[in-house]
Amino acid sequence: MIERLFTFTGTGELLGQGFVQSALLAAALLGLVAGVLAPLIVARGMAFAVHGTAELAFTGGAAALLAGVSVSLGAVAGAVTAGIVFGLLGLRARERDSVIGVVLAFGLGLGVLMIALYPGRAANKFGLLTGSIVAVDSTNLAVLGTVTVVVLAVLAVVYRPLLFASTDPDVAVARGVPVRLLSPLFAVLIALTTALAVPIVGAVIVLAVTVIPGAAAARVTASPVVATLLAVLFAELALVGGTVASLAPGLPVSGYVATIAFLCYLGCRLLGRQRA
Amino acid sequence: MTDVATRVRTAAVSLRGAALRFGERTLWEGLDLDVAPGEFLAVLGPNGSGKTTLLRVLLGLQPLHAGQVLIGGRPPARGSGAIGYVPQQKALAEDLPLRARDLVGLGLDGHRLGVGLRGRSVRRERVRAALESVGAGHYADAPVGRLSGGEQQRLRVAQALVGDPSVLLCDEPLLSLDLAHQQVVANLIERRRRAADTAVVFVTHEINPILPLVDRVLYLVDGRFRVGTPDEVMTSATLSTLYRTDVDVLRVRGRLVVVGADARGHDHCHPEEAT
Repeated sequence: MIERLFTFTGTGELLGQGFVQSALLAAALLGLVAGVLAPLIVARGMAFAVHGTAELAFTGGAAALLAGVSVSLGAVAGAVTAGIVFGLLGLRARERDSVIGVVLAFGLGLGVLMIALYPGRAANKFGLLTGSIVAVDSTNLAVLGTVTVVVLAVLAVVYRPLLFASTDPDVAVARGVPVRLLSPLFAVLIALTTALAVPIVGAVIVLAVTVIPGAAAARVTASPVVATLLAVLFAELALVGGTVASLAPGLPVSGYVATIAFLCYLGCRLLGRQRA
Repeated sequence: MTDVATRVRTAAVSLRGAALRFGERTLWEGLDLDVAPGEFLAVLGPNGSGKTTLLRVLLGLQPLHAGQVLIGGRPPARGSGAIGYVPQQKALAEDLPLRARDLVGLGLDGHRLGVGLRGRSVRRERVRAALESVGAGHYADAPVGRLSGGEQQRLRVAQALVGDPSVLLCDEPLLSLDLAHQQVVANLIERRRRAADTAVVFVTHEINPILPLVDRVLYLVDGRFRVGTPDEVMTSATLSTLYRTDVDVLRVRGRLVVVGADARGHDHCHPEEAT
């Protein structure tokens, strides 16, 4: 069993294949954008909102699968809807938590029902939950690339006020930062990223790439710049490393991605404890 | 300062016939007030009397229902560099991705768009100077979430001063600090207004820690208000009129103790303060 999990026999050959290279490129793009968002997600205490968004992306994808339209579009629609709803709830943690819980449970239930009703191949069904990075085609790559550019461009414009609003909301309001506008805007950025991550790593472990890198970085640095760089590094390690490691065993990529991300977090916690 | 027009133009903060209502309820109306550069105004009153709302008006976050407000002769503008804002001390998350210098830097340009790559050396120098001015230079790189409440409030003062404001708006900045740190933070604010002629509008429910610094008091109760020196306003007669009930103001060892206003959810007489 252990041998099956950790084998690199044939990895070299697989790396030469076009579909594998597409997968790695997708992983790298996703790692970049998720890593940049992660520290802000952690600072805003939005881990649960990201989880909820991912589940709603799953619901949207499942609905699209059943309706016979593009799964990616369905995932984006579901995630963006959830993102805007959660974003409008602002930073009041208690209310937000319960609303996310309610919406998440309902969405997940609906999604499972729609998957069960879907008459097609089982692999399509399973893919939404666990991810299937090798299924990335050139269309997916083009969309992923576009979204990466859009998310990074928007962040480049609103980064400072967003950091202000995320870490110091009271003073940000007093200084005229449109905190209430930034919340849904950031939620949409998360939703776009999440919706793209769902078909690749699966809804279940989207947190692994959008939250863990930020949480890990926060244990070892308080500098926003260093935290962002570290989070990108961890996200890339997890996504690219996880993809490579999953090639030869031919197992779902999600387990590998989540494990590497978790190890990054564990290491950072230990380092952080020494620092304190 | 005899001509009204001159006074309006030069006042750091000027309110004329200012009124604010929430639905049916009038928080205050007919408020005329000039705060001169370098003046220290304490804003007192029970919860819900519109103290914080007054700050929101001055910050440009809340329009007046009637009347006029000017900051340094101009209407208040969101994100104006003329204003520094010191909030209440609040617990910050331990893993907040901010160092002391980042928190202060956000006070300088956190409201601006872009990532801020230009003018970094000027920015760094201003942040350093602000940190030094509040004695926080030695923890400039410490994560803000791991600092004590007193250390955090020093940073709040630096964050408010880094933009070199002409008006400092303080919203209960001493709340939840121990007496020693209350003194430290109050002195930092006092030093700034002496050094730079910065007007201070200081909202508080507890005047004692700042009593020696206060030039004038604006006391708000249920739509009624009085403006005057502490000696004029903080008297049994004035407060009884404002509260429309018997209120006694006692001087005990240089501190003011207000008794009888507590039925309105407001009381200056904190046991630990009166001793």
